[in-house]
Amino acid sequence: MRLSKAWILTRKEFAVFRRKKYILYSLIALPLLLSLLLPATVFFSGAASEMSRAELGQILSSEVMIFVMLAAILPTVIGAYSIIGEKVEKSLEPLLATPATDGELLLGKSLAAFVPSVGATYAAIALFTGFVDANTSSRFGYVLFPDWSTAVVVFLTVPLACLFSVQFSVIVSSRVNDIRAAQQLGGLVVIPLVGIYAVAEAGVVSLDPFGLLVISAILLAADAALTVLSRRTFRREEILTRWK
Amino acid sequence: MGAAIESEGLTKRFGGTTAVSGLTFSVEEGEVFGFLGPNGAGKTTTVRMLACLVSKTSGRATICGRSIDDKREQPEIRRSVGLLPENVGLYEELSAYANLDFFGKMYDCPDAKRREGMERLLKALGVWERRDQLTGTFSKGMKQKVAIARALLHDPQVVFLDEPTANLDPESAKTTRDFILELKKEGRTVFLNTHNLDEAQRLCDRIAILKTSLVAVGSPGELRASLWGRKTVLHLVKATQAAAAAVRGLGFEKVAEVGGDRLVVDVADPDADNPAIVEAVVRAGGEVRFVTELRPTLEDVYLRLVRKAEGAP
Repeated sequence: MRLSKAWILTRKEFAVFRRKKYILYSLIALPLLLSLLLPATVFFSGAASEMSRAELGQILSSEVMIFVMLAAILPTVIGAYSIIGEKVEKSLEPLLATPATDGELLLGKSLAAFVPSVGATYAAIALFTGFVDANTSSRFGYVLFPDWSTAVVVFLTVPLACLFSVQFSVIVSSRVNDIRAAQQLGGLVVIPLVGIYAVAEAGVVSLDPFGLLVISAILLAADAALTVLSRRTFRREEILTRWK
Repeated sequence: MGAAIESEGLTKRFGGTTAVSGLTFSVEEGEVFGFLGPNGAGKTTTVRMLACLVSKTSGRATICGRSIDDKREQPEIRRSVGLLPENVGLYEELSAYANLDFFGKMYDCPDAKRREGMERLLKALGVWERRDQLTGTFSKGMKQKVAIARALLHDPQVVFLDEPTANLDPESAKTTRDFILELKKEGRTVFLNTHNLDEAQRLCDRIAILKTSLVAVGSPGELRASLWGRKTVLHLVKATQAAAAAVRGLGFEKVAEVGGDRLVVDVADPDADNPAIVEAVVRAGGEVRFVTELRPTLEDVYLRLVRKAEGAP
């Protein structure tokens, strides 16, 4: 499998995305909203002044988990278009007729959903942490971010959650013919992450570095399973004859 | 010249449904080979098998000597094949140039060759001036031309064209047909799926009629002759019994008088038989105005063969 061949496809996908406003807006608006709105609701609600430093720090730290969800949501927007868009526009057959292997095509499509999603999530995390530090460093006497939990989220949990969503989108795309239906089905991928966040907010589990490492390990196992499944789904013959 | 495509007993089944059964045929290098058949006859499935897009159920086939079964050969087969699918499938958010550039890279065309190829093909097809416009703004004919350029950019030896003139206006259809003739002149092998019998007759060296399995293969002339034989029509000032008898006297048993001024004679070889027939008619007092050959159209041939395959009497 040649990465260079997959990258040609990825770059073509980027060129198409640049023309698709709803993809651009999704990549910009949602991360921007989350990175500023989340801390703003804490700072400007009035509750922040009544919280201890430890409470405020815990709330803001746990909000980093929201960006794991963001990393899982964004590929559902892009991945669904990337594959179902081609199905709808009937441009898959010429692509499948090229000498690229099934693996190269799948990798190219996956990178096209993965790279911008992770990039936008990283930008959002940078904005979020910068905004929080700017508003808390004088009160705390130190900067809250970066910390070990954020490091685990950035380097492990976000990419793994994103990969999970990308592979899930590939599988969903093989079963539906409508981009919106695929996006809605793809959205199911966030449910377990929302569950983890809710449980953490309730104080049942801790989103400390160890807790995040455990979550990342589970995601890694799930990614491996989904990658095998999506690889089985993304075959020329399957796509041309069995995909809906 | 050898065979560009060889197929022996090629069969494809989807579950319990047989899409294509026992196809045996070969296509010579540089030949324009027409594939005719009603909807659902298996034309597209055949092309997809030959282009290594779907696997066969049984049988064997080679493209330029390479077996479609050999997984290691499949990328090379795809490289040696150009495909124009029924739906052109361009990226409408990209320009014509960007579409071709992408596919050229996917086919591993070197930069210089790719650029030269894009310019040559887009100029030949009359799209060069609009190369930087989004293909989403193009008419069907223009999109078809870009798709044809895409199929040829990597310089394939075999070109599969699936309904290349379907839904095109007459002018675009003519440009496309002329281009197919150019491909033949260049020595490329063209495999043409079409419903357009007139187009098949004009472009194809040989034609296969398909209805899940092959119904007939041959040149348009051979197919006509196999069904109707060859018929000479003598246009006379007046068709007389004496003239008909004179022709029968030469050993031609099937002689019919039509419309009072024509004699229709079944012949084996018009080149050899016609001079004697004309001479006999003139000696019998017939006044010959001119002589033609009765040619059933390809449509007649097609309809008769397909109905026969469907079991019609």
